Amino acid sequence: MAKNVKVYSTPTCPWCVRAKQFLKDNNIAFEDYDVSSDRLKADEMVKKSGQMAVPVLDIEGQIIVGFDREKIKQALGV
Amino acid sequence: MYDLIIIGAGPAGITASVYAARKKMDFLVVTGDIGGQTAWSGDIENYTGYQFITGPDLVHKFEEHMRSYDTSVKEGEEVMEVVKAGGAILVKTSKAEYQARSVIIASGKRSKELGVPGEKEYKNKGISYCATCDGPLFSAKNVAIIGGGNSALDAALQLIKIAKYVYIVNNTPELGGEALMRQKVEGAQNLEIFNNSSILAVLGEKMVNAIKINHAGNEKMLSVEGVFVEIGLIPNSDFVKGVEKNARGEIKVNSRNETNIQGIFAAGDVTDVPEKQIIIAAGEGSKACLSAFRYVAQH
Repeated sequence: MAKNVKVYSTPTCPWCVRAKQFLKDNNIAFEDYDVSSDRLKADEMVKKSGQMAVPVLDIEGQIIVGFDREKIKQALGV
Repeated sequence: MYDLIIIGAGPAGITASVYAARKKMDFLVVTGDIGGQTAWSGDIENYTGYQFITGPDLVHKFEEHMRSYDTSVKEGEEVMEVVKAGGAILVKTSKAEYQARSVIIASGKRSKELGVPGEKEYKNKGISYCATCDGPLFSAKNVAIIGGGNSALDAALQLIKIAKYVYIVNNTPELGGEALMRQKVEGAQNLEIFNNSSILAVLGEKMVNAIKINHAGNEKMLSVEGVFVEIGLIPNSDFVKGVEKNARGEIKVNSRNETNIQGIFAAGDVTDVPEKQIIIAAGEGSKACLSAFRYVAQH
């Protein structure tokens, strides 16, 4: 079963770009929210993570702040 | 054993890798990230050939160039120790151990921290070390930039377009940095500069809501939700043992990028080369690689 993956990011953040590239390389489909233009999603991200930093990944409800490759791998089971 | 291990993949490391690939050296790039400080830069207008390019776009170009050769890049590996043992140089990382006949240290610099109360508690909760990344989260909010050099100006130029109001807290009598950038910053309508000022504390509840500053001898509170730290950089040179460094911790190199240890070369912002610029780091990376190539051929 494909996991439900959401990425909250800004277009200019290098770790966001790398996190998304990592998901693509592993053939993981994800929803991508640009929090620089989407206020509602930005608020949602801050509420979920308790932080004001990007990227935030929501993998089946597990929240990962920053591009933490090992945590992401674990959460995805890849 | 590799001919060469390049530590770091910023402008210096990536340029060294391009030269190493073209010299057909047997080499490896070990790095925490790709692009280094360039990846966090906003607008770049002084890299020859590009009248304008953003930091992330320039890094994309660099990486594309590096990967156009069959280069082995170990990304996300932190180097713990570099030590010369006999004829070989040992590179210990968070994941593995490698040996090479030569090494280029191009590990760059990282942001200096404020060292004031509240910094640890509010990191990522209003305090950011990357305006390029986190800036857009502060749209229509008040923010403060701590610092007054080029990176502070760069952050200011990004944030005046996003934030409601921007304060600059600078501890010298006037802003430093490039004159052109300074002019643009000083002309901004939604910005106020506090010179001769230092930050005393970051305050808040769940998130940052104010900072306390010392402005020319008087304490003052600024109501801000974001604090961007741009007070300079420290070299990532702790892991290299036995290499001579200056008082700032920068690795001493000669004009051929040699350190005091044979076979260990260094390039870019981690070294004591005067002026820290992307184009200088790139040039130093190419020099270091040519020196390493010559060294490996002779030893």
